[in-house]
Amino acid sequence: MAEKFDIQDREVWDGNYAASQALRQARVDVVAAYPITPSTPIVENYGAYVANGYVDGEFVMVESEHAAMSGCVGASAAGGRVATATSSQGFALMAEVLYQASGMRLPIVLTVVNRALASPLNVRGDHADMYMGRDSGWIQMDAFNSQEAYDLTLCAFKIGEDHAVRLPVMVHQDGFITSHTAQNVYPLQDDKAYDFIGDFKPVDDLLDFSRPVTYGAQTEEDWHFEHKAKQHKALMDSRPVIDAVFEEFEKLTGRKYNRVESYNMEDAEVVIVALGTTVETAIVAAQQLREEEGIKAGVVAIRCFRPFPFDQVREALKGAKSIAVLDRSSPGGAMGAFFNEVSAALYTTDTRPLVTNYIYGLGGRDFSIDEAKRIFKEQKAHADAGYITTDIQQFSGLRGPKLGYFQTQRG
Amino acid sequence: MQDQNLCAAENRGVKELGGEHVGWDEVTQGIVLTSFNGDATGIVHQKAEERHYSDFNSYTASVASWRVEKPVFNIDVCIDCQNCWVWCPDTSIISRDKQMLGIDYDHCKGCAVCVEVCPTNPKSLLMFSEQTALDTALAAWPEKKKKEDK
Repeated sequence: MAEKFDIQDREVWDGNYAASQALRQARVDVVAAYPITPSTPIVENYGAYVANGYVDGEFVMVESEHAAMSGCVGASAAGGRVATATSSQGFALMAEVLYQASGMRLPIVLTVVNRALASPLNVRGDHADMYMGRDSGWIQMDAFNSQEAYDLTLCAFKIGEDHAVRLPVMVHQDGFITSHTAQNVYPLQDDKAYDFIGDFKPVDDLLDFSRPVTYGAQTEEDWHFEHKAKQHKALMDSRPVIDAVFEEFEKLTGRKYNRVESYNMEDAEVVIVALGTTVETAIVAAQQLREEEGIKAGVVAIRCFRPFPFDQVREALKGAKSIAVLDRSSPGGAMGAFFNEVSAALYTTDTRPLVTNYIYGLGGRDFSIDEAKRIFKEQKAHADAGYITTDIQQFSGLRGPKLGYFQTQRG
Repeated sequence: MQDQNLCAAENRGVKELGGEHVGWDEVTQGIVLTSFNGDATGIVHQKAEERHYSDFNSYTASVASWRVEKPVFNIDVCIDCQNCWVWCPDTSIISRDKQMLGIDYDHCKGCAVCVEVCPTNPKSLLMFSEQTALDTALAAWPEKKKKEDK
């Protein structure tokens, strides 16, 4: 039996520590990991919990992130509660096995501390890796601060392991901004946290010798399409389960999470749609603009990136006149990935607000309140004019001449 | 003389794996396939013909169509050394109580590893074209080779 770990009702934790504490409280059976900046402390802390007897689980040291996720797939198929953490290049190296995990419907929890993808090599945060994982069939949730990193990691186990879902879950947090910034976190006591998640109830576990099973079968054209459709349905059907888990978590802690988070959206005309720590910056900017200049600014944030809350995005943005979708990732020869998804949701509304795309904060470039204010003001100009007065895609916070793409209609 | 179907369960070798055309709502979760129908506790002690294989067990499926040449087994020459049984990559050598009985032609892909490792003289396993009848093959079995003088 594991030793008791003393935690206070209020702790000062960074995002990494918060995530590692959630893994400890979930009593994870196996963590197979290959540490990578900035997620290193998560598995480092977890290793310390194992070494010091605070958890009964196994820490598996592997030769790469590909092996780390492979180890997780094996351990999860065997019937264990499994988690790991990664970032950026490590995430990219895991990519192949991410699809194995989701295809085999294994409820692994992966804490992704978002960081830019090379080249050029960069250890700082942006969302390149988050978007890279968006088609891998995992549930993806985004934490905007340390508290949320802790809360959502606890929720991730409960969501993924629900027998109606049985899917792997990623919990994202911003590299360094969340992962290395210590903040007040209000954790649950160990028993309370574990009771919330519940015991792991394996399905089709390989260690059940009375019922041998085959994992990872080959299917070809006979079955592949049907299996992928079933997997997609499971992902789409996870939405009510996510809502129910968030509701239960609110009853336990008073902290309410939604698949789409809205701030000041009751009467907002100009809106920033964003992910991660940028959301809090945008909220401050919106509040200041309301007080100083009377601009009706609002913020919509996507908490649950997969399954994409298509209907909720439409609902949240229905009253807006002009919307800026902020992509913290290189667009790679297109409009930003996030912009495309939000625009697709808005295209099917009757009101069809004006939507522009801002590329910002790549490789850890700072995103300030002033920058958010400038974006809001540009949206105000679009809203007043009734058309997009700038390029549809702009690079914000970039040094050098202004860079943008695609002019739009003029009045 | 040789029964080539000694271990055949009833539903054995009748379908190619994955050949069932079922809807997306009918496929198994996570492509997890059960090997046996019902409780399989102690199944390791049962003979193949006594086991309740599921439709998704590779034992039930046939891959015979992959084969161009087949190994033929000559019981008169065999010394039951079990070399072929050990080496066969598809578990297609049928053996009972350390006695060679024949070849599982539903799963043998004709790789000829068994022939390669057979130590007898002449070999008790030889490759013949797929369509050669068993009697014809056995009638064409070579004589014992004499050792060359050194």
